[in-house]
Amino acid sequence: MFRRRRNLAGLVVLAAVPVFISIAVRSQASRPGRDAPDFFRSITDNGLFVALAALTIEMGLFLPLAVAVFAGDAVAGEANLGTLRYLLTVPVSRLRLLAVKYAAITIGAFVATFTVAVTGVLMGLLLFGGGSMTLLSGTQVGFAEGVARVALATAYLACGMASLGAVGLFISTLTEQPIAATIALVVFSTASFILDSIPQVDWIHPYLITHNWPAFGDLFRDPIIWNGVAHGLYVAAAYAVIFFLAAWARFAGKDVTS
Amino acid sequence: MTPTSGSVELLGSPIPERAGDALPRVGALVEGPAFHPYLSGRDNLLRLDAADRTTRSSTARRRVDEALDRVGLLAAAGKRYRAYSLGMCQRLAIAAALLTPKDLMVLDEPTNGLDPQGTREVRSLIASLADDGTTVLVSSHLLSEVEQVCTHIGVMHVGRLVAQGTAAELRGDRESEARIDTDQPAEAAAIMRELGLLDVHVVRSRAIGRLAGVAPEKVVSACVHRGLSVTGFAVDSPTLEDIFVSLTGEGFDVSG
Repeated sequence: MFRRRRNLAGLVVLAAVPVFISIAVRSQASRPGRDAPDFFRSITDNGLFVALAALTIEMGLFLPLAVAVFAGDAVAGEANLGTLRYLLTVPVSRLRLLAVKYAAITIGAFVATFTVAVTGVLMGLLLFGGGSMTLLSGTQVGFAEGVARVALATAYLACGMASLGAVGLFISTLTEQPIAATIALVVFSTASFILDSIPQVDWIHPYLITHNWPAFGDLFRDPIIWNGVAHGLYVAAAYAVIFFLAAWARFAGKDVTS
Repeated sequence: MTPTSGSVELLGSPIPERAGDALPRVGALVEGPAFHPYLSGRDNLLRLDAADRTTRSSTARRRVDEALDRVGLLAAAGKRYRAYSLGMCQRLAIAAALLTPKDLMVLDEPTNGLDPQGTREVRSLIASLADDGTTVLVSSHLLSEVEQVCTHIGVMHVGRLVAQGTAAELRGDRESEARIDTDQPAEAAAIMRELGLLDVHVVRSRAIGRLAGVAPEKVVSACVHRGLSVTGFAVDSPTLEDIFVSLTGEGFDVSG
């Protein structure tokens, strides 16, 4: 998976965002203004915030897109190449095939998310230094705890991406065109963000897959507010289970004719 | 796909219920080769082998290299699949089917895209597989190929098996034709009729007739005894193509 040039290029793009943010903020003599998003204002205090700013920016499109590429390749890509029929004649049971594919998507989601975070941490430490971290609520924690909280936030967001991957796996069983599955999943996540921004349909917000993704910011308050994160994990688990089962229901009886 | 009636058994296992028992013993080439273009030939085979739960990963490298060697692809094993020629792709697909010993090999157009040497190699590969006790099922439109390789032949037409048997059985009552080249074809035709050949006719300097059980050497000696100057003699068995066309009919129509 990681020897393929396309995937490496994708990871480079993901890593480019925190690099760009850190250099842009560093090159400005003045600190980001009061209207800048939370994490941006804190970057000059502690380099760790570069990672969080980058995750905030990339969770809108770049990270879902990375997951969508993996998901598109998972089943639709194999069907498109014709390798799916050879896998099934080995034979590989269809449930096992889906499980392995979903495991690969999940690994891809974690690698993508941590690529952003680790690059952000490294660039931040390089340009702004570390030390104790002033949380959003104003209290200070040590550097080690700061790193741990960044890791926790990244893992939380990666879980969200992995649940999006389950939706992608399901879409991938519907088509033989990987690009169609990829686009469909990006449309799905973007539509979810859009719905989340329309207050008139706030009754649907708690059920949206992306609604609780920004809640990773709550991990940088003191005490940590767990409600959003916990709800986000429930939603992620629900999406993952439902769409994995849907993918199985669809794929188990499908005629593979490609 | 669900059957309207009947059931399928493969190597003693009902299909699809116990497909998992039978399929590991079946190697298949289905509708041409298909591999990941950005992986090397060896990596593609290792990937397929990893997907097979009946094999041991500790022997994977050795078995992959043996299979590649058997199809003559070992020298190009490290090349990316995208750089392979059509013939190499075909060989890799056959190698993939050879990763583990198989009881049944289903090869769909195995010589498609191969050069003459490659075609010969595949033919000898099929023969060596058959010698090892593997049943090899070849589906092909190349009838000369089938004639050279196969012991038993089945003819499919519009999704139905219209004939099945050994090559000799398929020829059945379609008798061989004898033809004599001579400067007196009318006399030769008369002799053929006397001997009991059927459908005797003359085409320019040639007399042709269905043998109908008459020994071909008798035809020649009779002609020579009567003083005819025989310049050529041949017995034409019906080709597989003749048999195929007589079973399936002529024409280009595709039956939906």
